[in-house]
Amino acid sequence: MENSLLILGIGNILWADEGFGVRCVEALDAGWQFGDEVKLMDGGTQGLYLLPYIEDARRLIVFDAVDYGKRPGEMVIARNDEVPRFMGVKKMSLHQTGFQEVLACAALGGKLPESMTLIGVQPEQLEDYGGSLCDVVKARIPDALKVALECVARWGIACSLRTSPAGAHIGSGVLGMDSYEAGRPSAEQACRYGDDRFLDRFRFDAISSLESGQVIPAEQ
Amino acid sequence: MGSYETQGFKLDNSGKRVVVDPISRIEGHLRVEVNLDSDNVIRNAVSTGTMWRGLEVILKGRDPRDAWAFTERICGVCTGTHALTSVRAVEDALGIQIPENANTIRNIMQLNLFSHDHLVHFYHLHALDWVDVVSALKADPKQTSELAQSISSWPLSSPGYFRDVQGRLQKFVESGQLGPFTNGYWGNPAYKLPPEANLMAVTHYLEALDFQKEIVKIHTILGGKNPHPNWLVGGVPCAINVNDVGAAGALNMERLNLIKNILDRTREFVEQVYIPDLLAIASFYKDWLYGGGLSSHNVLSYGDIPQKANDYSAANLLFPRGAIVGGDLTKVNAVDLRDPEEIQEFVNHSWYKYPDENKGLHPWDGITEPNYHPEGPNFKGMRTKIENLDESAKYSWIKAPRWKGNAMEVGCLSRMLLGYVQPKQYPFIKETIDGVLKKLAIPITALFSTLGRTAARGIETLYSVHLQSEQFDKLMASIKNGDTATANIEKWDPSRWPSEAKGVGFTEAPRGALGHWVKIKGGKIDSYQCVVPTTWNGSPRDAKGQIGAFEASLLNTPLAKADQPLEILRTLHSFDPCLACATHIMSPEGQELSKVTVR
Repeated sequence: MENSLLILGIGNILWADEGFGVRCVEALDAGWQFGDEVKLMDGGTQGLYLLPYIEDARRLIVFDAVDYGKRPGEMVIARNDEVPRFMGVKKMSLHQTGFQEVLACAALGGKLPESMTLIGVQPEQLEDYGGSLCDVVKARIPDALKVALECVARWGIACSLRTSPAGAHIGSGVLGMDSYEAGRPSAEQACRYGDDRFLDRFRFDAISSLESGQVIPAEQ
Repeated sequence: MGSYETQGFKLDNSGKRVVVDPISRIEGHLRVEVNLDSDNVIRNAVSTGTMWRGLEVILKGRDPRDAWAFTERICGVCTGTHALTSVRAVEDALGIQIPENANTIRNIMQLNLFSHDHLVHFYHLHALDWVDVVSALKADPKQTSELAQSISSWPLSSPGYFRDVQGRLQKFVESGQLGPFTNGYWGNPAYKLPPEANLMAVTHYLEALDFQKEIVKIHTILGGKNPHPNWLVGGVPCAINVNDVGAAGALNMERLNLIKNILDRTREFVEQVYIPDLLAIASFYKDWLYGGGLSSHNVLSYGDIPQKANDYSAANLLFPRGAIVGGDLTKVNAVDLRDPEEIQEFVNHSWYKYPDENKGLHPWDGITEPNYHPEGPNFKGMRTKIENLDESAKYSWIKAPRWKGNAMEVGCLSRMLLGYVQPKQYPFIKETIDGVLKKLAIPITALFSTLGRTAARGIETLYSVHLQSEQFDKLMASIKNGDTATANIEKWDPSRWPSEAKGVGFTEAPRGALGHWVKIKGGKIDSYQCVVPTTWNGSPRDAKGQIGAFEASLLNTPLAKADQPLEILRTLHSFDPCLACATHIMSPEGQELSKVTVR
């Protein structure tokens, strides 16, 4: 379509702040409505399988949790060429097809969207399995939506406050944020931590400690 | 541990240790450590899952009718197959019978996952283990065209077409920011294709990436949306109304025709591009028959694609079910997912806690209690940064599942072998395998290899598109007969459930046998256990020291270059490994997806 726009939230809602992107799209869908040229999508962790949707779009907005080494809750906005893309051929699994690689594939096929905006937030907490967004990250959703809506306006795409009921495709049902949070089993019932070898790297104090060779006491 | 023998393999960890660890700032999945002898031959292999995966525990107390939606989020690739397994488990527990049409539609979706996943796996993940992208730049487009036309009637094969792709590739390789393929081991002597074959394969890599978008449309049509299609306990959430018009709502003639059209084109792509490429590549690697591992000993499949609805017995399954043990191809053992003595998980070498670790636990009695303590006399590093694991202690987040005490290989090679040895029930599989063996002039034993696994995946793709057409015809016939039922909601309401129930659901995921075991109490999930394919294949050792399929597959493989473990990646990729629940954090410095350390 002439002015097609894909607004994509990516990440895994089961790992706390990793769900930021998906929750942004949910919130956008709940509050605003768009014309047929705009597609809102909960992309989950679909990696390469998102390629067709990206290639079909003239413009792309992506919400995601990003690690740019900022303070938790700080936002990052990258546009067009600033949006990272690369391919890794040594990955072990299709599951390691990160979003950057999807963009690289689109570029290789000559089908990268004409304009792209990445709206990211630095996560605070990832190792809270089954958990929801931390306050500092959740508080950024309105800001992230504001940036997205500015892009939409700048591209001359119509949008208005929602008057009709939200579509059934995003954020409804059991995985919607409210139901997801309310149905969470207790910490005694369900272990919530991850593998600290991997997850610790996302904490600044941990990164600096690692570099100075200290042993980090594990948090339980 | 020094050296010891198990399952016919000799393990020796005295040589230098090589660590291949794709842990990055982005994700954590799978790490292998191997010991090489003085000739760079792998003599010991240790596979470890690097991430806690505890979907089970967060399902406690949830509504069992919603479990599929959570399991769909376990990972990004196998969404549908987890959802299907989950609804089958709940239906089994509650005694819910689904309509024939629902079964057929589920089959079409599941088979669609196979053709999609296998195609993407082959070209996007695995081809570059065999195909040297940089060498493709040196190819002569005219000769490439001749090669392509000699093996297939696929129309996109002119010299100009290949020249054009080569030009794009050149530009891409040169472009600074993308630098896409700079991570590869290009030029490694383990690459054996001539430049023209490389260019042909890279070209089809691009075509496959493009074509996959057609295949996924079927999931959108039948699942209501994509990604994350909808599923339903009791059937499928997809009404049939052939007289309906327009894009919204029910399955109408227009959509059925679109499905038919996509199925035909997928079949064409598989027959004219994927299979000829596979055979062409294989013909250059016929001498590289490493990586068989457990496949010549023990293979397992739960089976899938029930012909008739609600009958999950082996005789009714179009994907074979059974177990071969000890390499005895004359005997297919029956597999019972309910029998507490058959499938059991052990944690002697896994970072979990059982009250009594001498015993394995059947998934209905399964416990998922993390106990992360990297340790052992040979362990080096710290909790947050492991340098060397010690396989004599606990060393993986993956449990060790066993079938009647045996470590098993699951996946496409297991399925195709089980089909091959039962030709009466699976003539298509038998004939196709015989055709491939004849074409490559290799014996059946050549299938017990990395290459054999890769070939089995292609053969299975062919089988899947063939079955898919059959299932589609069946659906059309049923609709023509006036049957439009797609769901049975008799027992939708929890007031109609027993106060306690337990069930098991299974599928064959593209990467292997997948089971979900659920217990329901008072209308809520009391316990939920998933045993996923990569738990079988990526299994660590058990109390007896028996190794898992990944570990076995790496043994005795020579590396052309110790610091470029191309052969390790090639073999592990051939399993299409899947360690679920990827986190996809975006980082601007993603280049270092994989790290190799030689000690």
